[in-house]
This record gives sequence, C-alpha cells and structure tokens, in this order.
Amino acid sequence: MQQVNRVTRTKKMARLERRFGASDIFVYICLSLWALTTIYPLFWVVNNSFKVSRDVMNNSFRFASNPVMTNYEKAFDRINMGHSYMNSLIMSISTVLLVLIFGGLAAYVIARFRFRGRNVIYSLLVATLLIPTFATIVPVYELLIKWKLVNTYLGLILPHTSGNLAFAILVIAGFMATIPKDLEEAAFIDGCDRYKMFTKIFLPVSRPVFASASIFVFLWSYNDLFSSLIFVNKENVRPIVALLNEISSQYGTDFGLMASAVSLTVIPVMVVYLFIQRFIEKGLTEGAIKG
Amino acid sequence: MKGDKKYIFLFLFPAAVLMSIFIYYPFLKSIYLSFFRTKGFFEKKFVGFENYKRMFSDDLLGAATLNTLEIMLYVVIFQVGFALVLAVMVDSIKWGKAFYRTVFFFPIVISGAAISLMFVLIYNYQFGLLNSALSNFGMDKVLWLSETSALKAIAVPTVWHYVGFYFILFLTAMSKIPSDFYEAAKIEGISGFKKTVYLTIPLIMSDIKVVIILAITGTLKVFDFIWILARGQNGTEVLGTYMYKKAMIDLNFGYGSTIAVYIVVFGVLLSVLTNRLLKKEEVTY
Repeated sequence: MQQVNRVTRTKKMARLERRFGASDIFVYICLSLWALTTIYPLFWVVNNSFKVSRDVMNNSFRFASNPVMTNYEKAFDRINMGHSYMNSLIMSISTVLLVLIFGGLAAYVIARFRFRGRNVIYSLLVATLLIPTFATIVPVYELLIKWKLVNTYLGLILPHTSGNLAFAILVIAGFMATIPKDLEEAAFIDGCDRYKMFTKIFLPVSRPVFASASIFVFLWSYNDLFSSLIFVNKENVRPIVALLNEISSQYGTDFGLMASAVSLTVIPVMVVYLFIQRFIEKGLTEGAIKG
Repeated sequence: MKGDKKYIFLFLFPAAVLMSIFIYYPFLKSIYLSFFRTKGFFEKKFVGFENYKRMFSDDLLGAATLNTLEIMLYVVIFQVGFALVLAVMVDSIKWGKAFYRTVFFFPIVISGAAISLMFVLIYNYQFGLLNSALSNFGMDKVLWLSETSALKAIAVPTVWHYVGFYFILFLTAMSKIPSDFYEAAKIEGISGFKKTVYLTIPLIMSDIKVVIILAITGTLKVFDFIWILARGQNGTEVLGTYMYKKAMIDLNFGYGSTIAVYIVVFGVLLSVLTNRLLKKEEVTY
C-alpha cells in the first residue's frame, strides 16, 4: 500500500515538476542574483588589490591578469598589518578560550544542577543580552584606566570575555540540557565527581555547541570596532578593525592599499569559515536562543 | 548530589565575577553617572534630572533617533524580508541548497569595518564600482554619500550584512516543520505561493518575531558602517555614533551615559512593543 502510495506520489511530483519548471528557473535566478551580491564585491576587492592604485581608479572591472604585490608589501611595511594581525589573533583567541572555559562551567551548573536561584540567574542572563556596549563603556573605561589596562591586551580581552559570556552560557546550557540523564547516572555509579563528570562527559558530548559558540564569539571579538577604538587604539596593541578605521581616514585615497587591507582582513576568516561552517548551523539548530 | 553546593559556587564564580565587574557594575554606574554633570574623569556634580531635560530638548539627539528609526525601518522590511524570501526559496529547491547556504553567510563573516571600507571603494565618486558602472553605460556619475542620500547609501551595507544570519535562522525553523503538514497541504492541492503564505509563514511566526526583535535591537547598535563611511556627517548620525561623540570625543561622560540609558530604554520599549504587536497564538508541533 505504502509502496503504491509512494509511486503515485513520485509520479505526481514529476508532473508538478514539469508544470513548475518555469517557477523553478525564476527561483534559481533570484537566488543566484543574491549570491552574486555576496560573492562579486569580494572578488572585486581582491582583484583590485593586485593592481596599482592608478589601475584601480581607471579600470576597476578589468581582471588583474598580471598581478602586482606592491599593495601587500605596503600593507606589511608601511602600516604594519602583520602586527595588527597578531594583536587581533592574540586578543580574540584569548577571549574565545576564556569564554568557553568560564561559560562552559557556568552553563553546566545552570543546565544540570537543581538549586534555589537558578531561575533568577537564568532570567538575569537573558536580560543581560539587552545591555549594549554603549551602556557599559564609560565606567569600564574608567576601571581600565584605574587598573592601567588601557592599551594592553587584557584591556580588550576582559571586557570582550564578559560581554560574550551571557550569550555563550545560554547557548551552551541549552545544548547541555538535552543530554540524557542516564549518562550522568552511569558516571556517578562509576565514581565520578561533578568535576570529572564535566571534563569526561559534558565537555566531549557538547563539542558541537562549543564549536559554534566559539565561532560567533571569535567573529564578534575580531570584528568589534567600537570597543577597540576606545580600549586598544595604540599602534602596538591595535587590532585589525581599528587599523582599518585608521586606513580609511589616513590612506582614503590609496585604493590599492585599501583593497589589499580589506582582502587581508577578510580572506583568512573566510578560509576558516569554509572549513568549519557545518558547525555553525549545527550549533544554531541545537542550541538556538529563543525569545 | 552530595557536595553540589561547592561546585555550584566554584563553577559559577569566575563568570559571575567577570560579568559583575564588566557588565552589571558599569551598567549601574552608567545610570548613576547620568545624574551628574561631568568634566573629564575627575570633576562631577550631581544635577538631578538636568541631563534628561537636556536630552529631550537636544535636536541632534532627536535627529539621531529619527535616523536610527529610518535604518530600522529598512532593516525590518528589507533585511528580514529578503531573509524570509530567500529562505522560502532555498527551502523549496532540490539541488544547490548547501551552496546557497554557504554563500549567503559570507557577509556575516566579514567585519563591519571591512565591509565599510569595501563600500568606500564602491561609493567613491570618481572611481568607485557604481560610478564606473554608470559611466560605462554612458550615464552621469552620482554623489552617493551626499547629504540627501548618505543615510540610504549606508543602509544598503547595513541591511546586506546580516541578511544571511536571519536567512539561516529562518531556514532552520522551516526544517523543523513536520512533513505531515506539507503532505496534508499537497492532498488539499495547496502549493507554491499559497503554501508559503498560509502554511509556512504562520508556522514559523514565533521565529519571525524573534528575528524582528533581534533586528530591531541590532539596529540600535549600528556603529561601524556610519563611523567609517561618514563619521555621522551628512545627516547620518545615529544613536551609537552620537553617544560615542558625546562620551568619548567631548569626554562628557555624564551626558554620554544619559544617552546610553536612553538607548537601553528605547531598545527595551521597542522589543516589548514588537512582542505585543506580533502577539499571536503560537503554534506548537
């Protein structure tokens, strides 16, 4: 019976397909047009980064058939892009690690322990998501000055870590709450204490959500211009976004240099994204934050 | 379990300390500072509600609010709208789903600062991508970042940047709709556009609501695009850039904090309002 059903269904589908062939084409055209807007500007910038500024100006659409590296040499020699890279990576990776460790521990407690005040903490975390950086920036700046942390790596790492904790805890806790209780009980019988249970069971099982949380925390930290402008805007600690702001105001007419700076900022993140993109959806699907 | 108290305390402690120092204390301090007139870090004088009175007669803040609302309108209509349409389309196709999902997410990976710089190149009057294209077709060049069009010009990258994020959220929501619903629709002979309007969209209404709230509160944080493309000039001042100028350039921490409090209250009000307006019986399946 089911078999027959399926056969008629596929037949029907085939007929539908024939009838809606035109609308399918329309859908693919629309999707491809949007894809063009997300791919082409990127290609345009990278392509222009291999031309001298004069060629960028005169003919920005032509393919850079004999690429020149002057812009990249300038980016590394004159504006010290390499150093900013390192600053960005040190600060953003530290932020991610701290968020995962502290956020993971807190999420474990919120997801798997029953205690008084748990719901209060949970509501507080959700409310925290509504506090933008604007509303904390001045007092944080004051604190950092007092502790002599302005223009040091910690001066960005600490505010960034704190700013991302609420999001990370909620997402990770959402995932951990779905792990079956049997696993915990088995570990308890085997003599695990809470700490061992965390490291031996919850940490490995929750790997996908840790991966997706770390991607978002990294992106937000790496891309946050506002805090960087205020806390770490001196040459020796300046991250890449703050450098881009500097370039736009100081070298706003050197188009080749600007194109190479954008390419240098974007390409590594893009490559990493292509490798780990499957985690993004996994984390979003399984630990989605819902209002 | 025995000894849980110790672990609850130990595990929550680091996160609690960090968030108290860098979020909750500064937030309360901002509210506190909003009642003071300040000069730099050291001089401050309690002035009661004077900053708030000033706020309501501050024309620049009014303009910044209106500009923010204008961008918000574009974001809700186009960003959420495009995301929804694209998600419906990708959900309906048979091959190439993974490709479009990957490609549509590209802009989110790029920082706002890099996108802004890219649009500096695109909007440039003499040599930018748009004007080169126009002159290739023999048309006149356009001053994209002029007083009349700058805000709209900046709204374009703002909208474009996050379409992919909401697209993924919608697509995820659609993939959770049980297939029986679609089977039933097929038996009833409902398909295509009708299916989308009467079935898919009502079924993911709660997700649409979340996305609209995320988009609205996200717009209140817009800073990078405006700052790099126009520094808030030419009628592009928004709440974020205005707060930055008052607090960090004029070093007027008191009034800057007042604006920050205003942004938070505005955000909470808008979220509550959206929640009310879109209140509907939620479908559970």
